Amino acid sequence: MLRDAMDQAKLAGATLHNFHGGLQLRHNKRISCELPIERAAPAERFYVPLLQQSGQEAQPIVAAGQHVLKGEAIGCVEHLGSGYLHAPTSGTVSAIGTHPISHPSGFDGRCVVIEPDGLNQWTELHPVDNWQQADPDVLRQAIRSAGIVGLGGAVFPTAHKVDEASRRGIHTLILNGAECEPYISCDEMLMREQPASIILGARILQRAVGARRTVIAIEDQMGAVHQALQHALRESAAAEIDIVKVTTIYPEGGEKQLIQVLTGLEVPSGGRPTDLGLLCQNVATATAVARAVTEGKPLVERIVTVTGSGVRRPRNLLTPIGTPISVLVEQSGGYADDAARLVLGGPMMGYALASDDNPVIKAANCILVLSSDEIRPPQPEMPCIRCGECARVCPAVLQPQQLQWTVRHGLWDETVSAGLADCIECGCCDFVCPSHIPLVEWFRHGKSELRRLEAERLAADSARQRFEAREARLDRLKQDRRRRMEEKKRALGDGQEKQKRIADAIERARSRRQENP
Amino acid sequence: MNDSSIRVTASPHVRSAESTTRIMWSVVYSLAPVVAASIWFFGPSAVLVLLASVAGCLITERLFGSVRSSLADGSAMITGLLLGLTLPPGFPLWMAFLGGAFGMAFGKLIFGGLGQNVFNPALLGRAFLQAAFPVAITTWPSKPESWWTLQGDNLALPLMSPVVDAATEATPLGNLKFGDNPVITPLTDLLFGTTAGSLGETSAVLLLLGGLYLAFRGHLNWHIPVSILVTVYALSGLFYVIGISQFPPLFMLFSGGLMLGAFYMATDMVTSPVTNKGCWLFGIGIGALVVVIRIWGGLPEGVMYAILLMNALVPFINRATQPRKFGSPPRRVAEKKKEGGP
Amino acid sequence: MFTAVILFTVLGSLLGLGLGWAAQKFRVETDPVVDRIDALLPQTQCGQCDYPGCRPYAEAIASGEAPINQCPPGGEAGVRALADLLGLEPLPLNPDNGQEQPRRVAVIDESACIGCTLCIQACPVDAILGAAKRMHTVIEAECTGCDLCLPPCPVDCIAMVPRQSPWVWPQPGQNARLAASANVRTAQAGGG
Repeated sequence: MLRDAMDQAKLAGATLHNFHGGLQLRHNKRISCELPIERAAPAERFYVPLLQQSGQEAQPIVAAGQHVLKGEAIGCVEHLGSGYLHAPTSGTVSAIGTHPISHPSGFDGRCVVIEPDGLNQWTELHPVDNWQQADPDVLRQAIRSAGIVGLGGAVFPTAHKVDEASRRGIHTLILNGAECEPYISCDEMLMREQPASIILGARILQRAVGARRTVIAIEDQMGAVHQALQHALRESAAAEIDIVKVTTIYPEGGEKQLIQVLTGLEVPSGGRPTDLGLLCQNVATATAVARAVTEGKPLVERIVTVTGSGVRRPRNLLTPIGTPISVLVEQSGGYADDAARLVLGGPMMGYALASDDNPVIKAANCILVLSSDEIRPPQPEMPCIRCGECARVCPAVLQPQQLQWTVRHGLWDETVSAGLADCIECGCCDFVCPSHIPLVEWFRHGKSELRRLEAERLAADSARQRFEAREARLDRLKQDRRRRMEEKKRALGDGQEKQKRIADAIERARSRRQENP
Repeated sequence: MNDSSIRVTASPHVRSAESTTRIMWSVVYSLAPVVAASIWFFGPSAVLVLLASVAGCLITERLFGSVRSSLADGSAMITGLLLGLTLPPGFPLWMAFLGGAFGMAFGKLIFGGLGQNVFNPALLGRAFLQAAFPVAITTWPSKPESWWTLQGDNLALPLMSPVVDAATEATPLGNLKFGDNPVITPLTDLLFGTTAGSLGETSAVLLLLGGLYLAFRGHLNWHIPVSILVTVYALSGLFYVIGISQFPPLFMLFSGGLMLGAFYMATDMVTSPVTNKGCWLFGIGIGALVVVIRIWGGLPEGVMYAILLMNALVPFINRATQPRKFGSPPRRVAEKKKEGGP
Repeated sequence: MFTAVILFTVLGSLLGLGLGWAAQKFRVETDPVVDRIDALLPQTQCGQCDYPGCRPYAEAIASGEAPINQCPPGGEAGVRALADLLGLEPLPLNPDNGQEQPRRVAVIDESACIGCTLCIQACPVDAILGAAKRMHTVIEAECTGCDLCLPPCPVDCIAMVPRQSPWVWPQPGQNARLAASANVRTAQAGGG
């Protein structure tokens, strides 16, 4: 079965398929595509959060007062194949302190604060010579030390994904240029302005994981992009890369949905695209890989879309990580009068931030300022009437209305079997729900609650094991002691011999005492 | 950002303009032509009966409903209207009121209000009336001379049985089934509603229009009415052809409460299955039951009981028609795996 | 009459066979009841239930010797889960056994530790590392917060501190904290 699926997956992009559900949303991308990408204005101070990739917080490896150069490692993560954080500019580390970190919790976290010296001077760079001949291991090592994470928003460490892919062996690399969410245009602008670097990144990634071909998926509404990529493709003379236009239906840019559109296959529940011999990467990640390998530059900046009718001049800005969001908004003409929400990410999946003090992080593909007439008006939640609209739009073919019910009542076993883990939190169900039930919020709550319960269960299991091991050990010690006692007793023998030996021993002790009193 | 209006909310930050309240009210609006037709055909009696049953529902909801389910969501209004439309024009008002109150209280509020009920509240109210007042609910007065004359005994005092007038008429279904000299009512009469019958059951065309409007707006799952009507047509056609029943299939489709039931009662979102597959099953079940009850049952009409019976099966239909989740193996493979072990 | 007897005998034996087959085929494998009780206990191994660990308490419950309300770390939720499993009425936690409190972890003040190893011997889950006359330390991940290391310590250098629980996405409607903090922070940003 899986073999058939593998063969089918090899034809990725040859014919297009549909996925279940989805929504046709207002595109709203053009407003931020009118101005070319520009470098963000230098910030007065950079706040680089130590928690950036999914998983654990990095450990700082610089101290306050230390001078750092642009691209120097300032943090190290020992999680999922380890990774690094790098200084976005040259300057002095003024503190490692708490600051807003653009996290969905809204909590503050530890940041490396850098006062720039204005020189923006790179540290010593180590590009890979002649990547065409380089060992794939070397390429993957370059990706790891550049601290590259998935720039589509999931911020999963690319090195980990690439390692897994090369270990398991894949045949096709999919570059995801289909930004599914409305408003976000950073990938579209990137593909339009730097198509060559994407093609380069695709070829490097392909070599790093041993894939035979690459499919670059773009949306059918991105006209200029297709030409730009085609042109770059001809220039590079790479034969094994295809560009495929997919229909713009939210959320076709989701990894699993995109794979279904391209191959007609479903990534197995709980599995990875590698199960089908596929690796999916964002186009921006590919350019980051190209820069890391050919120039030796780590991931210290990314393109951020600043958009929404809450800003006066929506645009895309090439922004160093750690730049406060206020700087970007300023450069985009400032807030409009009716700005009402500051969202990191898109309108469907992004999370609202409490202030523009929050810094740009690696995951920040979009700063969306929504005006009061764009956001959903606050409406009271009504009871579910089981209209089934949520199930009709769910790309994961779940029953959100049932799932919501099990989560709400804490029926965790049922929640698991109803497939909460398969929910991709795309927000389609929430969008259409006529009763205004905050479905996605419930699902996020449920997921983190399940994670907590699982951790607790593991801790309890471990405690049980350790307790039982200790009991067994104590028991063994007791038995050992008893056995030794018995052996000694046996060695004494019985009856007269025993009496004699005791008498001998007493005699020996007495004579020794007499010799040296 | 100096604006203090910035707030933290959960995603998604945009949403569709649809709301449960809007759905409910558009169902109410789609009933307007049917209500108007019933007034046109039956005169002030229709107004009074509808008002009485609506009042029964609204007052009960107001008195016993939780704070959250307010009258504004329109669901009580729908129940009242639908119940009223299933009653004969000469029905005593106090009974109509009682039916509305019963349907609301025992069909909906007792389960926990909007979204929690198993049975269609309007039909439960009608089932109650059918059991409690079997004569009154099957008495179809003949057309009075003047449009202004009240029909039957609308104003019977509470707890009093209505005075049964000598001049009654049978419904097309009742006539064909139990009449002394059965005739098949012409199709045009059935379509345009110029027959004896309950208030809203008579004009098939207007019901069809309202249903189409709702289906177009996406407020009813078209699988349900389509599967009901197709099943009724096919089954009754089969039985008619092989000579078991005397009901021609088209007559079956357009007589009695089938149109009202198929478009407005069975499609009640709360009491119908969630998946499309489930809706097919649900509709087929209703259609088959309707045909069986009409041909062999002791009553001329079977739509109400057919829908109520299938309502009771909805939880099972829902469980049986769970779609395969994204990325999980086909059911057969999954079972094989379970049996074979790892 | 005779046919009826035969008919019902045949029918009865067929149905009986069918039922027997179904019972075999659809039998649900379940753990012994002690294991299932043990799985619901928090595995703190603190002994507050008057038994020397969770497993012994589970055995005592299973034999009907102990009531289900003697486990403070499991709390009311734990009592409810046990009541569900055993089909009993949930009881309020027995105050003689202690109070329910947030999960904690032991921390050794390493400058005060004299290396007596008494706490190491007391720890029911071997979560304390160290050797005689050497400083001891708690493996935070393995500590169940049972308090058993406190009494033997001769210099009182062990403190129980609340365990940092991971962030859980709040339930909808309980996000007020976020909104409130948001307003405070923007106000500050506005002033600065």
